[in-house]
Amino acid sequence: MNTEALKELLYKIADDQLILGHRNSEWTGFGPLLEEDIAFSSMAQDKVGQSWQFYKILNELGESDPDTVAFMRNADQFHNCQFVELPNGEYDFSLIRHFLFDTAELIRFTMLADSTYEPISQLAKKIRGEVKYHTMHANIWIKQLGSATPESIQRLQDSLNQAMPYALGIFEPSPFEDDLISSGTFVGEKALESEWKKQIKEIIDQTELDLPDMDSLTPAFGGRSGNHTEHLQPLLDEMSEVFRVDPTADW
Amino acid sequence: MYGGGNVFEAMKATALAEEDPQKLAEFEARIDRGEKIEPKDWMPQLYRKQLIRMIEQHAHSEIIGALPEGTWITRAPGFKRKLALMAKVQDEVGHAQLLYSAAETLGKSREQMIDDLITGKSKYSNIFNYPAFTWADSCFISWLVDAGAIVNQVANSKGSYGPYCRALERICAEESFHLKYGHHCVIHLATGTKKQREMMQAAVNRWWAPMMHFFGPSDKISVHSEILMRWKVKMASNDECRQQFLDMYVPKIWELGLTVPDENLKKNQETGQWEFTEPDWEEFKRVINGDGPCNKERLAVRRTAEERGRWVREALLAPKAKYVTPLA
Repeated sequence: MNTEALKELLYKIADDQLILGHRNSEWTGFGPLLEEDIAFSSMAQDKVGQSWQFYKILNELGESDPDTVAFMRNADQFHNCQFVELPNGEYDFSLIRHFLFDTAELIRFTMLADSTYEPISQLAKKIRGEVKYHTMHANIWIKQLGSATPESIQRLQDSLNQAMPYALGIFEPSPFEDDLISSGTFVGEKALESEWKKQIKEIIDQTELDLPDMDSLTPAFGGRSGNHTEHLQPLLDEMSEVFRVDPTADW
Repeated sequence: MYGGGNVFEAMKATALAEEDPQKLAEFEARIDRGEKIEPKDWMPQLYRKQLIRMIEQHAHSEIIGALPEGTWITRAPGFKRKLALMAKVQDEVGHAQLLYSAAETLGKSREQMIDDLITGKSKYSNIFNYPAFTWADSCFISWLVDAGAIVNQVANSKGSYGPYCRALERICAEESFHLKYGHHCVIHLATGTKKQREMMQAAVNRWWAPMMHFFGPSDKISVHSEILMRWKVKMASNDECRQQFLDMYVPKIWELGLTVPDENLKKNQETGQWEFTEPDWEEFKRVINGDGPCNKERLAVRRTAEERGRWVREALLAPKAKYVTPLA
């Protein structure tokens, strides 16, 4: 197995989970109702916890320890898609992102459960069970708010339109796509994307929302190779503010 | 987290005159026997009113209390701390949810309670009107403010109102994990690098006065609450809670090489009571009446969250889909 390809795959998954987990945690204390506050906080814990597990696999492959990797890199060293680093915005945007991203995640981990690389497949089997609940949560809310009041429908539609180019950026192909596919490590971004399109359509069709014409959109690529929006570095600065006071200290 | 102490307003001597004397006697006999009062049981209006007030203020304290610590979730140093703090603050919001439900059993809706919070009609624990400047402040809160809350809540969990007691039992179990987490964080700072030790000592210095205020005014000057003690609404006096807290935690603070910023603080071996400089109760009153360092900010955040979330709550009242079977 090509270790570089493996690391690239692991980094992008771990960074996605960490950054979106961090964003989700920003809802703590600010949710539109207590139950949603609590739900976003749960998903944040799952995602940050999942990223930690992936960084541990990377550590076994020779990368630095998880805390150093997560708290000491700068934005251009992160491989997350741009979608997860965007600010939370209003609840409608956070919900749409949660729906679009977690649907892709569930498919990704379901696919990775069959990976020939044992540590990934073991972990994916466990995470798949957690993310299943995230997508159930997202689907209920999309169906509810996507068919409720004129305001809720309009808000979700606007956020869906705004989010879609970034959501397509999740599937930015890796330079090692062929290696990963031929080694049976991962079936590849194309297969993931096509299944994702099918699944989000199924849910959106049950609402009064319209799915934007995805073929006419330019996906927001770049994140996987360290090109990020202006939002990532401030997030990382905040995240590492205490850790960097003394990176060698035991906190 | 909630320290109580400030919740009870003066009661009129005539408050019970309108109650049916026989029902009142039966009610009091039940409480004397240690029975729990349940939502559908008969209860004096005064009991209902004071309980709503107390549980509501406790619930508000949980959601407002999530704010000073919540700001540190996104800054927590390292995976272990980040995950633990997220879970901890989430618990606090969960406590609010439990407590609002308990208060709703007495006839006031959650919406009404939250409205009363953001209009300033209803209070919350005074300590959250102080800012958490550093990571060490958040560690102080997790350990010692939670410890203080446990002292108060364990006492109240043995009270007479069933739904509140059951909520408190669960809350105390969770708080005990918060306390372990907070203690762990403080140990690491207090025994860490010079910078970490300084951060921790500065936090203790900043938070000691609010911590002494946490349990409410001294029994000598606080509102008379005999009847609430008899009805097992209030289970321990402010001074009793404060003494218990000092007894349990001052030695632990000293053990870590930290100092407490009160040179008069010592345990009188003869009386078994802690002696300390009388807290500034004028400051306490000023802060609880709205003039503390963060009162405006805390309420503004809560108000903004409510306003930004209004469309979501409205949309929930207009369901197109009906769920008749469990989803999982």
